[in-house]
Amino acid sequence: MDKKFTMHIDVDSFLPATDEEKAYMVQMRPSSTFFRDGMKRLLKNKVATVSMIIILIITLSSLIIPAFWPYSYDNMLGVKPGVPVDASYSNLAPFEYGETEQAMIHDGVKVFPHIFGTDASGRDYFIRVVYGTRISLAVGFFASIIVLIIGMTVGSIAGYCGGKVDLFIMRIVDLIYSLPDMLMVILLATVLKQTLGPALEHTSLAKIGSNIISLFIVFGVLYWVSMSRLIRGQILSLREQEYVLASRAAGAKGGWIIRKHLLPNCISVVIISTALQIPSAIFTESYLSFLGLGVNAPMPSLGSLASDALNGLSSYPYRLVIPAVVISLIVLSLNLFGDGLRDAFDPKLRT
Amino acid sequence: MSKIFDANEQPLVDVRHLKQYFNINVGPLRSKPLKAVDDVSFTIRKGETLGLVGESGCGKTTVGRSILHLYQPTDGEVEFAGKLIRSKADIHELRKKATMVFQDPYSSLNPRMTVSDIIGEPLDIHKMYRNKAEREERILELMERVGLNSEHASRYAHEFSGGQRQRIGIARALALRPDFIVCDEPVSALDVSIQAQVINMFVELQEQMGLTYLFIAHDILVVRHISDRIAVMYLGKMVELADAAVIYDQPLHPYTRSLMSAVPQPDPKIARANRRIVLSGDIPSPLNAPSGCPFRTRCPHAAPCCAESMPEFKEVASGHFVACHRVNEL
Repeated sequence: MDKKFTMHIDVDSFLPATDEEKAYMVQMRPSSTFFRDGMKRLLKNKVATVSMIIILIITLSSLIIPAFWPYSYDNMLGVKPGVPVDASYSNLAPFEYGETEQAMIHDGVKVFPHIFGTDASGRDYFIRVVYGTRISLAVGFFASIIVLIIGMTVGSIAGYCGGKVDLFIMRIVDLIYSLPDMLMVILLATVLKQTLGPALEHTSLAKIGSNIISLFIVFGVLYWVSMSRLIRGQILSLREQEYVLASRAAGAKGGWIIRKHLLPNCISVVIISTALQIPSAIFTESYLSFLGLGVNAPMPSLGSLASDALNGLSSYPYRLVIPAVVISLIVLSLNLFGDGLRDAFDPKLRT
Repeated sequence: MSKIFDANEQPLVDVRHLKQYFNINVGPLRSKPLKAVDDVSFTIRKGETLGLVGESGCGKTTVGRSILHLYQPTDGEVEFAGKLIRSKADIHELRKKATMVFQDPYSSLNPRMTVSDIIGEPLDIHKMYRNKAEREERILELMERVGLNSEHASRYAHEFSGGQRQRIGIARALALRPDFIVCDEPVSALDVSIQAQVINMFVELQEQMGLTYLFIAHDILVVRHISDRIAVMYLGKMVELADAAVIYDQPLHPYTRSLMSAVPQPDPKIARANRRIVLSGDIPSPLNAPSGCPFRTRCPHAAPCCAESMPEFKEVASGHFVACHRVNEL
């Protein structure tokens, strides 16, 4: 067959397409949601993925380990009813055993090792660190949820209503913002510790401890302001969009518009700032516990563990290092994960 | 496509002395009313299409939104199907019978909602269905009506082209089976071939469902094609209102004349014979509109009397309203 440069097309070389071929040509791209797109981008980010895995490991181990660990966080190993206190259990170095335990090992009984040794009261230090992590994570998570709920409600009302309502709410926000928050946290925590303690006795909340509840209140009262500012700003710009007007033209009321149109469109900002709020809440809890305003003894938290370790710092430095490393690891990986989330979900950074 | 209307029939929409002022802060504590719409009156009969033209910023869109009470009118009355719109309950009832199609097909659809949720939203708000299946069925029927594939229902708005997005917007407007639709420049964001499709769809829908349109646009040819009557606005005021053919062939107001002379003519012979009336200057700011007739600063026929009083919007021929002092001399 000779090749010719010609404009004429040989019609005979064309065949009508079969139905199968036609169907093959129609390619429907699978519908991709905003969330799926974001997750895809997030998983491409190595730092964020590693951080996410670290957070998951820490969280899961703090939840699962206490269930099968043979020691408990408040069990003083040297104290047995009717027997004088066995001082050999106090301040054990890692992988050392108390006197009765050594006797048992001698008899051939297997004894679970004290990986991080024991503390001054003879409690297994590893399980106390695990429990402390659990408490710190829980405080960080729930405090962020409280901040999220209050901040989102107030911010969206201020942003949607605008005008005088907005002015009034934002002045309150400015007021709280201008207070020195360290001082306020310490003052509130002290006052609430005094007032809440008696009120909570004999209720189910007593088990959680007045200090943790006062911590939540402190977060709820003080830290919602930046979240509400953020959401207000978002909603101020979103409510001018035409789809909001379209919804109003269809007869929607304020609550419907906020729920269906405004909040879904600023959800990425909300997720990101909540993820970044958790480490800051954990950090606040840690320093409050360090100052003695945190969780009630004998419940450990990472901050109170570090605080207790100060007494024997020269002899047992690892007791300070371990909780400090765990706090750093949690805060760092949550921050890096939050940054990764922002890169993946914030539409303004999207290219 | 002229339709026959009974002159004695009650109009579907009756707008009387509609005023819409917005307060604009001009100083730290001073505010000034911006007269976006100033004393506009007109009626729209059932099944009719009223075209509304005028340049950018003359208040066309505001008229449309004020009629639907998306802005609470500063003054004036709107009567819909013989019922004066006054209370919140009236407005809520109005929402079921009168809807809107928006200009920008990109910003008028929520990017986080699927097509079926967007179209079904008015149904959800007014709870117009008994069960999920009925809602689904209604949405698919609407999508078919505007020429969308039923497979598109679970997709998001950003996956569509401009023309398809505008179809979604139209399906949403049709969801409550309205009588009246304000079309706010529904085709100006689309390219010409898609414009024709969408315009033809508007005409078909009107025939099938007996709709009444207020069709806002700045493209005279589009308005001429779809409208029964055309109203011309300038700086918040209505300057001329007449049958589409009359406005097109025998405009009376100097502003309308200049507008019509700017319409491109396909025939070069006619185009050469027509003299283009070019207006000097820009449209004045509505914050400090000129005294008397708003058009006098740019009008080639302005006389001293034009500065003194606002000309009355009066009927010069049957169904032909003009607001000009010198209409009889020109």
